[in-house]
Amino acid sequence: MSNSDTDIEVGLSAPHVLDYDYRRSLGPVLSRFFTGLRAGTIHGIKTRSGRVLVPPAEYDPETGEATTDEFVEVGPGGVVETWAWVETPRASHPLSHPFAFALIKLDGADTAMLHAVDAGEASAMKSGMRVTPRWAAESQGSIKDLSHFVPESEGSAAAPEAPADPTTDIVTPVHVEYTYTPGKAASRYLRGLKQGKILGQASDSSGLVYVPPRGACPRDGVPTSREVEVSSKGTVVALTIVRVPSENIKVDLPYCTANILLDGADQSFTGLLQECSLEDVRIGMRVEAVWRDASEWDYSSENIKHFRPIDEPDLPFEDIKEYC
Amino acid sequence: MRDVAIVSYSQSRSVRTERNQNEVEMLMPLIKEAVKNSGIPKEEIGFTCSGSTDYLSGQSFAFVMAVDAVGAWPPINESHVEMDGAWALYEAWIKIQCGEVDSAMIFSFGRSSMGETAETLTLQLDPYTLAPLKADAISLAALQARAGLDAGKWTEREMAEVAVRCRAQAKSNPDAQVTGDFDVDKLLTDPYLVSPLRKHDCPPVSDGAAVMIIAAEGAAHKATQKPVWIRGLEHRLDSHQPGGRDLTVSPSTTLAGEAAGVHNGAVDFAELHAPFSHQEIIVREALGLGPDTLTNPSGGALASNPLMVAGLARLGESARRIWAGHGSRAVAHATSGPCLQQNLVCVLEGE
Repeated sequence: MSNSDTDIEVGLSAPHVLDYDYRRSLGPVLSRFFTGLRAGTIHGIKTRSGRVLVPPAEYDPETGEATTDEFVEVGPGGVVETWAWVETPRASHPLSHPFAFALIKLDGADTAMLHAVDAGEASAMKSGMRVTPRWAAESQGSIKDLSHFVPESEGSAAAPEAPADPTTDIVTPVHVEYTYTPGKAASRYLRGLKQGKILGQASDSSGLVYVPPRGACPRDGVPTSREVEVSSKGTVVALTIVRVPSENIKVDLPYCTANILLDGADQSFTGLLQECSLEDVRIGMRVEAVWRDASEWDYSSENIKHFRPIDEPDLPFEDIKEYC
Repeated sequence: MRDVAIVSYSQSRSVRTERNQNEVEMLMPLIKEAVKNSGIPKEEIGFTCSGSTDYLSGQSFAFVMAVDAVGAWPPINESHVEMDGAWALYEAWIKIQCGEVDSAMIFSFGRSSMGETAETLTLQLDPYTLAPLKADAISLAALQARAGLDAGKWTEREMAEVAVRCRAQAKSNPDAQVTGDFDVDKLLTDPYLVSPLRKHDCPPVSDGAAVMIIAAEGAAHKATQKPVWIRGLEHRLDSHQPGGRDLTVSPSTTLAGEAAGVHNGAVDFAELHAPFSHQEIIVREALGLGPDTLTNPSGGALASNPLMVAGLARLGESARRIWAGHGSRAVAHATSGPCLQQNLVCVLEGE
């Protein structure tokens, strides 16, 4: 998190990236299409009314009826129906220099497919122009096996070697970048952590104290405008032993994650429970936060390394049952 | 059919970046105001439905956390659509039509500023043949704009005229983001952003939130303002493959408009959810709106475009205008998906 400590009313912000892959099974229709692309052929499919859909679909979007099982090889050349000139490509775009997105009706098709056209400059683009595909040097098993189209005057390209096995599924990566801003309440909480304090906020209606605060009392929907520093000590109100590895977990398996009700708070707080045997962890157990060295404090929950047991008698279940 | 009315509406100002408030903090004062103006005690509102998408903030279950702003104890009757708030309103309206509840709160929020919205929107495309090409929202709209230019359905000048009119009309809207007097000739000398679209043809990136309360007859008369009746409400969609349909027309808007009864009376004004300038021309034509119908007096989505809110805001802005006495029968439209793929039409009437 960035920002100066003095400008208390400006919310914090931090980079945040979602990055994950989906593996999608294709089914027979799209499997035929994607297998074809690897061999430099483009397949459409016939609807019951005889129209050829490219890309092929399992149904006719006009009637909702299933399409036939008749695949038709189309193109590889076709006509640009409409185009958009991208003067400043994004990092994620199919080409890194200026190019056109276009809807291209391939020879023999009745619908147009979306793809990129590499024509050098906008003045080389025209609706109605003929284009021909360029194939990816290496198959990624995706729509990008057809790398892009070029003006037909540049000549046709040799088709890649036909694959031995059909493509039955594809990987579609998702990568989204954000600059996350958590808002006023969470910014104050994170600024507190930077100073080694755990700051909750009290509900304007009930006085209940929420940690971490998000600005609202979730019971009543009213603001939580009063800041309350809560203790680093608390009581275990729920726990679980984690035995399954996960990419984002940096501690050794097995380990204990606990919901801890900090003294002075009315909402439990999730933390790692360490420095004790897993056989000893229990509801009602008293624990305290173990902070990193103050020189390492940032606007982060990671300032608290973990929680550890303290030598205090357990709280009886009756006292904490509302939070368990 | 039960008579159902909009009884209150609150919205935030649309801003480029809402840095200091999270979604809950933005919504709380709006909910408080909308509930107060509805005249219905909060605990008596039968149903709550929100419209938003977690992809805008990149936070899973952001829509669940937003319920904190309502106050959900004792547990409330609640639902969510991963769509613009206009479709949350549709669900709430159906719930009232079914007789399950008599009133409902609809809210929506979108903080587009945290990500690259044009690119985030590629996640709504067909994941096999479209999404991997990362055809962003502006590029797809540009394909549509060129198709209409080629077909002689509009000119770049007519597109610029839409943007100029919307932003001039937005001057009287205190919540609008991009407002002012612009010169068509001067705008047409600007370079293309994604040809044939220039910057003025595209919506701003906006953060915002909105809350609406609707009620069936009976409950509707408790409000501080006269009810604005929902006389018709329908939504329809076209194929998600942009190459599989004529991008210069919007058959789904036409069908929804006919079902909603747009032409059962004169239309004083229309609030059309057209994020790109040429899309207003398409939607006007699809709804058969004549030159007498004032379009987007609020400025529309070219002036303020908080994603997931801008559609609901067309209904809300229409109600506000009827409350202000500037017309008694309005058509509000919301869109979703690439190139006007899905469309909702609502006919509103004052008393």
